[in-house]
Amino acid sequence: MSIVTVQLGQCGNQIGFEVFDALFIDSHCPQRLSSKRENEAYQASCKERFFSEEENGVPIARAVLVDMEPKVINQTLSKAAQSGRWKYGQHSSFCQKQGSGNNWAYGYSVHGPRHEESIRNLIQKEVEKCDSLSGFFIIMSMAGGTGSGLGAFVTQNLQDQYSNSLKMNQIIWPYGTGEVIVQNYNSILTLSHLYRSSDALLVHENDAVHKICAKLMNIKQISFSDINQVLAHQLGSVFQPTYSAEGSFHYRRNPLGIDWQIRPPLPGLPSLSKMSLNKELHFNTSIANLLILRGKDVHSADLEGFKDPALYTSWLEPVNAFNVWRTQRAFSKYEKSAALVSNSQFLVKPLDMIVGKAWNMFASKAYVHQYTKFGIEEEDFLDSFALLEQVVASYCTL
Amino acid sequence: MVTVRRSALAQPCDGKLFPEPGEVLSYGSDLRQRRDLRSPRPLGELRSCARGIQRRRGFLSALSGQRCSMTQSVIVQVGQCGNQIGCCFWDLALREHAAVNQKGIYDEAISSFFRNVDTRVVGDGGSISKGKICSLKARAVLIDMEEGVVNEILQGPLRDVFDSKQLITDISGSGNNWAVGHKVFGSRYQEEILEKLRKSAEHCDCLQCFFVIHSMGGGTGSGLGTYLLKVLEDEFPEVYRFVTSVYPSGEDDVITSPYNSILAMKELNEHADCVLPIDNQSLFDIISKIDLVVNSGKLGTTIKPKSLVTSSAGTFKKWQEKPFDAMNNIVANLLLSLTSSARFEGSLNMDLNEISMNLVPFPQLHYLVSSLTPLYTLADVNVPPRRLDQMFSDAFSKDHQLIRADPKHSLYLACALMVRGNVQISDLRRNIERLKPSLRFVSWNQEGWKTSLCSVPPVGHSHSLLALANNTCVKPTFVELRERFLRLYKKKAHLHHYLQIEGMEESCFTEAESSLSALIREYNQLDATKSRPVEDLPRLSVAV
Repeated sequence: MSIVTVQLGQCGNQIGFEVFDALFIDSHCPQRLSSKRENEAYQASCKERFFSEEENGVPIARAVLVDMEPKVINQTLSKAAQSGRWKYGQHSSFCQKQGSGNNWAYGYSVHGPRHEESIRNLIQKEVEKCDSLSGFFIIMSMAGGTGSGLGAFVTQNLQDQYSNSLKMNQIIWPYGTGEVIVQNYNSILTLSHLYRSSDALLVHENDAVHKICAKLMNIKQISFSDINQVLAHQLGSVFQPTYSAEGSFHYRRNPLGIDWQIRPPLPGLPSLSKMSLNKELHFNTSIANLLILRGKDVHSADLEGFKDPALYTSWLEPVNAFNVWRTQRAFSKYEKSAALVSNSQFLVKPLDMIVGKAWNMFASKAYVHQYTKFGIEEEDFLDSFALLEQVVASYCTL
Repeated sequence: MVTVRRSALAQPCDGKLFPEPGEVLSYGSDLRQRRDLRSPRPLGELRSCARGIQRRRGFLSALSGQRCSMTQSVIVQVGQCGNQIGCCFWDLALREHAAVNQKGIYDEAISSFFRNVDTRVVGDGGSISKGKICSLKARAVLIDMEEGVVNEILQGPLRDVFDSKQLITDISGSGNNWAVGHKVFGSRYQEEILEKLRKSAEHCDCLQCFFVIHSMGGGTGSGLGTYLLKVLEDEFPEVYRFVTSVYPSGEDDVITSPYNSILAMKELNEHADCVLPIDNQSLFDIISKIDLVVNSGKLGTTIKPKSLVTSSAGTFKKWQEKPFDAMNNIVANLLLSLTSSARFEGSLNMDLNEISMNLVPFPQLHYLVSSLTPLYTLADVNVPPRRLDQMFSDAFSKDHQLIRADPKHSLYLACALMVRGNVQISDLRRNIERLKPSLRFVSWNQEGWKTSLCSVPPVGHSHSLLALANNTCVKPTFVELRERFLRLYKKKAHLHHYLQIEGMEESCFTEAESSLSALIREYNQLDATKSRPVEDLPRLSVAV
C-alpha cells in the first residue's frame, strides 16, 4: 500500500525533503535488535510505501512537488539528487514564476483553477505507479499563499477525484508572533476549507517544535533546517511500518488505518477529526489516542496510564478511544521510541487565538481588499469564522 | 528547451566580466577582443530562447518537470536624481552578482535585473537565456529631459550595460516645473515611453515589478516620473509599481519644490502600489555618522573597504568630495536588499508581491519607512563582529532610517524584517520578542511582523537587515510638506509658471492638496487609536 505525498509551497517542499530523508535513513539504519529477516521486511514495506524503483536502483520518492515560484523546488530537487541516497522523479514537479504573494485568495482562486489540470496529471502519474494506493499525504503551511490557498484547492480536487482514498494533510501552524502578517486570515481560510475536504489534519506548531529544539535538544542557533528535521523525525516514527495486531511478520498494510472519523453522539454535528502530534501527555480531553511504540521492550511496556478514563470524554470508553501499535524494529538509532498521535483539545487554545486575532483584524477590514481583489469576499471570511467557532465550541464541550 | 552548447563558446568569458573594486571596465571592448576566437553558434537556436512565451513555458514545465526561471524587474530612472541613484544601483548590482556568481554563468538570480546578450547579433535576436555570460544589459529605461546626467552615464564605466535603445532624453529640461514634466513632456513622449516600456517588458520572461526612481522636488523626476506611473498602471496593470521617491528637505534650494511635491504626491497616492520615501538630510546624516567613525582614529575602527553602505568603489575618501555619490549608494543598497530574497535562496523567502500584500493594509496607506543596517563592517579582526542583536536594535534606531521620522513614538501598522546572511529563525524570533515591547502596534495587528531570511549577505558583510515599516510616523513629513505648499499657494507665488502650461488649472492644485489632506486624515484617525487599550472584539456566537 503506497502513499503519494504532495509537497506544496516553500514549507511543504522543505519539510517533504526532510521527511523522505528521515524515512530512508531509518529504513537503512543498521539494526542490532531485530533479525535480518524482520529488518528486510520492514525495509521492503517502507520502500513500497514511500519510494518507487528506478532502473539503476536509486529509489524515487513517491512525491509531487508543487510551488508557484522556482527557487525552493530547484533547491529541493538538487538536495535530494546530491544526497545520493534517493531522489525525486525527474518529471514530478510543477512550478511557476510569480509565487502567490502570501495571498490565500491568489493561491486558491487564481493558481488553483489555472493549474488544476497540470497538477492533477502529475498526481495521476504518481498514483499510476502504485500497485495499490493507500492515500495521500499533503504537506503545507497555513501562513503563506501557495501551501495554504493552493493546498486547499488541491485537497478539494483530490476529494473529488479520489473520494475513496484517504487524504491526510500535514499542516504547519505558524509562529504566534508572526512570520506573515496576514497569516491569521490565511489560516482560517485554509482550515475552514480543509475541514470540508480532508479526512485528517495532522498539525505541527512551529512554536512547539521550536521549543523542542531549544529545551530538549539544546540547539543554540535554531534554523528552519533543525525545525524541519525534528518534524520529519516525528512523522517518520508515525508513518514507518508497524506490525499488524496478529504480530506476524506482516507489516500493517495501511499506515493510516485507524478510524479517524469519530462521530460524536449528538445529532447534527459534522463528523470532523483533527489530530495533534506531540510527545508529552497533556490532560486535554481526548477522543482518540494512538500510541506507536518501537524498539526494545515494546511488549512489556506499561500502558495503564493511557487508559485512564480521565483522559477521555465521558461518552467514550478508553478501550474504544485508545490504540497501540508495537513494533520491535527500532526507529533510527533509538533503542526505544514512542510517538503519540492524539485527537484532543490540545489545539483549542491555539485555534481560538488565531480565530480571535483574525476576527479583530477583519473587524477593521485591514488587508481585506487584497483578498476581494481575487474573488474571496467578506461572506467567505464570515463562513470560515462561523465554521471554526463551531469547531472550537465542539472541542470545548468534550 | 534550448540550451547553448558549451563547445560553441570556444573562448570562455572568464571572470573578467566583473570589475575589481576600483577598476574601470568596459564590457563591450573586452568582448570585442575575444570575439574572433569563438566559433560561430547557431543563432536560430539562441534566438528562440529569448522569446519565452510565458504561458507556454509554464505548461511545458508542468509536462517535463523542467526547472522554471524566476521573475524579472525593470528599473525606470527618471530625472537627474533618479538617474544618479539608478547608476549607483547598477554598479552595486553588478558587484553583488560578481561576488556571488563566481563561474560567470548567466543564472536566474542575475536574470532578474539583467539580460544576457550576444552583442554580435544585430537587432533583437541576441538574447541568450542560459550559459556563460556574454554581455549583461540592464533591464532599465533611462529618462531625462536634460542630457547631462544620462550622457555622463553613457561615457562612464557602465556605458555598455545600457542599451542605447532604452533611453529617452531631451535637451531643454523641465525647469523644476512639475507641469512641464507631466503635461508637456508627458504628452510629447507618450508614444516613445510606451514603446520603450513595452520593449523592456518583452525582454522579460515574466515581469513582476517596475521600480521607479525619482525625486519629488524637481520637474522631470517629479512630473514625468509620476506621469509614467499612470502609463504603467494602464499598460501593465498586473505588474507591481514600487516607487523610490526622494523628498525635498526644508532647506531645498528649489523654491517651487513644495508645488512639485504635492502635485506628485497625488499621483503617488493614486497610482503607486508602494512608495519608499527618502530624504536627503537622513542620507547626509548617515554619511556624517560614518565619517565620525572613520576619522575618530580610535583603535579598531578601520573599516573594511567593500562594506561601506555608502561606497561602491571601495575607498571612503572619495565620498567626502562627492557626497551625493555616497548618499545615492545608500538608496541603491536599499533596493538591492529589498530584492535579495526574491533573487537569492534562503530558508524563508519573500517575493516582491509579498511586500505589498503584508505591508499595505489599506490601499492608500502604502508609504513605507526604511532603515538599513549595518552601515559598515570593521576590518580589524581582533574587534569582535557586531553582535547580531545589535543589528536588530540599530534597525529601529533613527540613525539608520532613510527618512526623518519617529516610528517608536508613533503607531506601527505593519513591519517587515528582511534579513540577509548567516542568521537563523531563532535569532529573528529572539530579537522580535526583545524589541516588541518598546514598539506600539495598531490594535488589529498586534503581531504585525513579516519576516524573511535570505542566505546571501551583501558584499563585505556577514549579515544585514532591512526594516520596512508602515508607520504613522510619515505623517509629519506630509504635514510639513502641505504647510510649505500652503505658504506658497496662499500668495499665489510662482503659480503662473504652472498655469500657463496647457492642461493646468488651479483645480489641479486644490485637488492635489485635498488628496494629501485625506491621506493625513487617515493617519490621524489611526493615531487616535494609539492610546486606547487593546480589547478583543466580541466573537461570533454559534450554536453547538
